[in-house]
Amino acid sequence: MKTKKLFLARRLTGKYAALWVSVLAILLMFVTAGILLLLIGKNPLTALKSFLQGCGMIAKEKYGGGSGMLTDLLDFLNYLAPMILASLAFITAFKAGLFNIGISGQMLLAGFAATVLIGYNKELTAAAARPMVLLIGLAVGGLTGALVGYLKYRFNIHEVVSTIMLNYIISYLTGFMINNNYVDMMTRNSKVCSPQARLTLTNVMIGDLKCKIPLALIIAILIAVLVSFLFRKTVFGFEIKAVGQNRRCSEYTGIRVNRTILLSMGLSGAIAGLAGVAYYLGYTNSIVPKALPGMGYDSISVALLGSGAPIGSIFAGVVVSVFQQGANYMSSSLGVAKEIASLITGILLLFAACGNYMRYHAERRMQQAADSRPKASAPAPEDREARGVKEL
Amino acid sequence: MNKVFTDGLSFALPLLIMAIGALYSEKSGVTNLAVEGFQGVGAFFGALAATMLSPLLGNGNQVIIYLAILCAAIGGALFSCIHGLLCIRFRANQVISGVVINILSVALTAFFTSAANSAINGTASNKFVLDVSTRFSIPLLSGIPWIGGLFTDMYPFEIIITVLLIVMWYLMNRTKFGMRLQACGENPQAVDAAGANVTRIRWTAVVISGALSGIGGICFAYSLLGNFSPSIYQGFGYLAIAAMIFGNWNIGPTILACLFFGLAKSGGLQLCIAVQLPSKYTDLFLMLPYVLTLLILVFFSKRNHPPKAAGEPWDKSKR
Repeated sequence: MKTKKLFLARRLTGKYAALWVSVLAILLMFVTAGILLLLIGKNPLTALKSFLQGCGMIAKEKYGGGSGMLTDLLDFLNYLAPMILASLAFITAFKAGLFNIGISGQMLLAGFAATVLIGYNKELTAAAARPMVLLIGLAVGGLTGALVGYLKYRFNIHEVVSTIMLNYIISYLTGFMINNNYVDMMTRNSKVCSPQARLTLTNVMIGDLKCKIPLALIIAILIAVLVSFLFRKTVFGFEIKAVGQNRRCSEYTGIRVNRTILLSMGLSGAIAGLAGVAYYLGYTNSIVPKALPGMGYDSISVALLGSGAPIGSIFAGVVVSVFQQGANYMSSSLGVAKEIASLITGILLLFAACGNYMRYHAERRMQQAADSRPKASAPAPEDREARGVKEL
Repeated sequence: MNKVFTDGLSFALPLLIMAIGALYSEKSGVTNLAVEGFQGVGAFFGALAATMLSPLLGNGNQVIIYLAILCAAIGGALFSCIHGLLCIRFRANQVISGVVINILSVALTAFFTSAANSAINGTASNKFVLDVSTRFSIPLLSGIPWIGGLFTDMYPFEIIITVLLIVMWYLMNRTKFGMRLQACGENPQAVDAAGANVTRIRWTAVVISGALSGIGGICFAYSLLGNFSPSIYQGFGYLAIAAMIFGNWNIGPTILACLFFGLAKSGGLQLCIAVQLPSKYTDLFLMLPYVLTLLILVFFSKRNHPPKAAGEPWDKSKR
């Protein structure tokens, strides 16, 4: 038992500590979720299998015409793209010590602006529309994020409170405008945007399967690499990290803290805006009025699970998205309410938040082990006393 | 005009008790952004109790309300232990912990509401339908012109909250425990040197915070909404935190802040009805409390004084 614990402790203090914390969090989540499923009388393994089936990673028993495993997989990737972007948005602010809880709102506002300005413009060609959608997403999200940063340094308003307030304001405001001007009477959602503006190619035939090609996934991976580069290799990235670790110290070293806060929050908002257009003009093509995307909150789990590493968030994004995207199929095949997906994400988040404690605990254990080792080989107390006398 | 006061007070008091909850936690040095989650889970437990008890005690039995409030307090207190565990025992970042709790609470209540509904009624609804508690007016006071509206059509919980408020004020400002609690938020090392147990005081504060927030949640579910559904998460918890910041972490000004929020909300809605705007404009008026909160924070955040040690895990060996 003791060696096994040291095995973990060694991993949690070693070179790949961040990775092991995530692995441990996922394992603990599986155990907890498994117990929960057993309690309501379902087989956890079957549930896991149907989650994966819903995402096109394991073949289902039967498929309808024109759909197959590849269709499901591409749908999954279509969902994954905004998820990765949203978690990158969280990471960018998180490195500066800021909690961008307003990703949902920034996504919604950017998606709404792009839909209204470009998505309803039928004359634009695809080559013009798609880049403009991205630009609007960046600009609208970035400005919303920068506003939060401004409120933070100018008026000392905690960013969690201000972003939540902005979330509700954006949700009511866009809901009001959609209901007034852009509502589709049949679906009660906003009218669908034009296919030229959409960041997902629909109805592409691969073999005899009707597939959706998520262009946003390419952008998501590109941004992940860029953010990674920003924090590893650039001065600005270093400044953001310095401000996040110790604001006062950075001020003394001459970093312009206020500017850094404003810019990192703006950058975070801009990436959230990209996530918004990838979600509303890609994954879906209409907006449900007065509903914030739950993805904005799930992305926090993704970011924490990936230990705040941009590339790690791609893999963490896959884990979380499997549950969110596979929930519908799991729910219909097993009869468990699909809210369990959010519950699993929440449990995962809970364990990921304990990551620091795991590492702290592991370090202490290693320290204890190191302390006890020389003691065992040291001479007995009487001998030491005798030797002390001799030395005197 | 009377309606503005009546509705304003019934919105302000649950908000206030949540703000007091947040205040207890923060004064002891544990940043509490988890109020939103506490109130939701508290309301869930209260609503669950009410749904299960109403066949036993008969529909419309007023005892149910008091039992629901009790269950909500217990539920909120139990759930707040997760926040305590993360912040005090596991020394996690307190802001992260608060956010985690809020996300977890939405998922937990949504899942267990549909699970409980399918177990009790056999329908997979995500809602507990609750009765609306009977209202009463205080005979003499309700006749006062202008402010008489404050004392008409009151919910029973308003009395409970008022009593709790006095108790909580006394506990914070006039007892040894309260003094030590406040000191924990300013200088925990000093409290430790004086021989008190910082960890225990912080735990007590977080659990009190959970219980009070739970009460606030069930009051919203029983009065304003008339049911328990995911719509309980409308950011009331964050409004309470904003009221606490606005009140500069003091009970007196926090009361005024909450009353202001309540009156602004009901006033906006009554204005909307009075000028006979089409119903779609209500969305804009529902937005009002959030806009006001932001504006108020712009004016009052700069010069306030949060507890010095809030947000830092207690480390005995630190100097």
